[in-house]
Amino acid sequence: MLKLTGKNLSFYLLLMPLLLTLGLLIVLPQLDMLGVSLRERISYGEYKFSFLHYTEFFTEPLYWNTFLRTAVMSIMATLLTLLIAFPIAWYIAKVAQGKNKKLLFLACLIPFWVSELVRTYGWMILLRESGIISGFLQWSGLSSGPVELLYNDITVMTGLIYASMLFMVVPLVSTLEGMDDSLVEAAYDLGASTFTVIRSIILPYAMPGVISGCIVVFMLTLGNYLTPTLLGGKHSLWFTEQIFTQFITRFNWEQGAAFGVLLLTLSSLLVWTGLKLSGQSFKQAVAS
Amino acid sequence: MSVTPDLECRGINKSFGQFQAVNDVSFSIPAGSFFSILGPSGCGKTSLLRMLAGFSEPDSGEILIKGKSVKGIPPNKRPVNMVFQHLALFPMMNVGDNIAYGLKRRKVSAQEQQRRVADVLERIGLPGIEKKSIDQLSGGQKQRVAIARCLILEPALLLLDEPLGALDLKLREQMKIELKTLQQTFGTTFVYITHDQSEAMVMSDQVAVMNHGRFEQVGSPQTLYYQPETPFVAGFVGNNNRLSGQVIKTAKDFIQVSTESGHIFHTSSSSILETNTAVEMFLRPEAIHIDRDSDKSWQNTMKGRIDNILFDGGNSQLLVRDTASPTQMTVALPQTGKYQKLRQGEIIKLGWNAEQSIAFKAG
Repeated sequence: MLKLTGKNLSFYLLLMPLLLTLGLLIVLPQLDMLGVSLRERISYGEYKFSFLHYTEFFTEPLYWNTFLRTAVMSIMATLLTLLIAFPIAWYIAKVAQGKNKKLLFLACLIPFWVSELVRTYGWMILLRESGIISGFLQWSGLSSGPVELLYNDITVMTGLIYASMLFMVVPLVSTLEGMDDSLVEAAYDLGASTFTVIRSIILPYAMPGVISGCIVVFMLTLGNYLTPTLLGGKHSLWFTEQIFTQFITRFNWEQGAAFGVLLLTLSSLLVWTGLKLSGQSFKQAVAS
Repeated sequence: MSVTPDLECRGINKSFGQFQAVNDVSFSIPAGSFFSILGPSGCGKTSLLRMLAGFSEPDSGEILIKGKSVKGIPPNKRPVNMVFQHLALFPMMNVGDNIAYGLKRRKVSAQEQQRRVADVLERIGLPGIEKKSIDQLSGGQKQRVAIARCLILEPALLLLDEPLGALDLKLREQMKIELKTLQQTFGTTFVYITHDQSEAMVMSDQVAVMNHGRFEQVGSPQTLYYQPETPFVAGFVGNNNRLSGQVIKTAKDFIQVSTESGHIFHTSSSSILETNTAVEMFLRPEAIHIDRDSDKSWQNTMKGRIDNILFDGGNSQLLVRDTASPTQMTVALPQTGKYQKLRQGEIIKLGWNAEQSIAFKAG
């Protein structure tokens, strides 16, 4: 039996806001979502328990194709972000000194002063048919007519990577900064080539940072709505759009809720697989 | 018969911008010896060591390892290994993997790796700890594992960058002896850099004293202690009382110096000095005798009042203030029981002979 006195009591009181936030804003709505997804509307205000909306998902190819496509593209975006962010993080953590270091960090942060929506419109100004890049190509004679750079997968990917960069760079910089430079020198001194040093020393050392960066970026990408919709147009086929359509356009909350639950299951499953494959524990990744 | 030295440096120079870190350093180290480079921080010893390891190249001069120039050869191709100041053991690997790291890079078979790791652990006195993780080891064990990780590759030279700096005093004393023993059992040439003269003296066959990028003197610890060639060496190796003065008379074996404090002392000198030359005289605290009954005759005597007794067991010292001047002398206090009754404020007589002090031309 818990005795709520003195220190103990203040601990639980301090914990309250966190518990309330988690409970009211995350656990409760998700449970309700699960409940909504498992019912079928018979008539006005009358529901019965059913798996209809889940079977619907698996029998309608558009749904699960979008689902798979979103997962694959998110994984690709995560890996590409990692590939681009790693050298940047290395530069910030190990090469840049003093003032430059802060400036570079700031440069990574600056895009986030602008709202995501405005940032994405910025991309559209650059990339649309009547946009700056298209105009430049025509002016310089490299292209005879307007060029549409929006509404394709590459643009969506670019936008997703751009939006995720900071969340990969920050954990990587913080783990790499903790690494003693002499580890690299020692490995080199013991006969390792540059490639081996990266593979056997730097990457394993940075692994907790890599994993936590990847988890954050993957979840942000999977759940991103604005970037795929605006940059990919109606053909972007992002799963969050399906959810939006069900909830808002079709007013089919049951179907939308089922999709939401499926998306949550998918992201949890993929994160778990990623952790298992890399041999890292969730605790380690969160701690970095 | 001339044997190729394990390491030979010829006229090494290295500058960083305007700062000359290493200035025309030449030396050679015979195979199988323990060589220390001793100097205060910023004297260029680390720059020199990094050039030996291959992390940087000298601006001019030549480094020969076992008679072959290593110019342009990167660290991973040099027959040289280094024990880093903070050891740089890989935290994500266990002891066995750390030690086998170099062998793995040489594509030694897994079975052979295992055998040699077990063998080297046996030799450093830590058998069977392959599976332990690095943070399970004590400071001294880490030290030995870091050395084993290098020695397993049988390098021509083992470079050590002040690896004892992080240890506490007791362990450091113990590791000094262990390092010396390890060096003798493996027979590898050690190049050890340190700012701690006691580390250098206890372990080394040869010590180079380095200051402002130059080697001041290279010699055995005994030579450095008894026959310092420069005032810097006299001041840096061991403790010394420093007295300034002028030569007033020269004789065959010694000179007479009139000190600023008004004494006239007989002393030996490092070189032939003319009269009226300004000199600095060095006198070791342990060379001074404390004479209470004054029945012995010394070439030099001085009367002083005990300012302070610094009791430190076997390293106890007296701070004695000259009765006639403000000069303060440090005097070793032998713990034989004879001087137990000395008290602060007491007037004592100090005595020493001419050959126990040495004078240098003041620079």
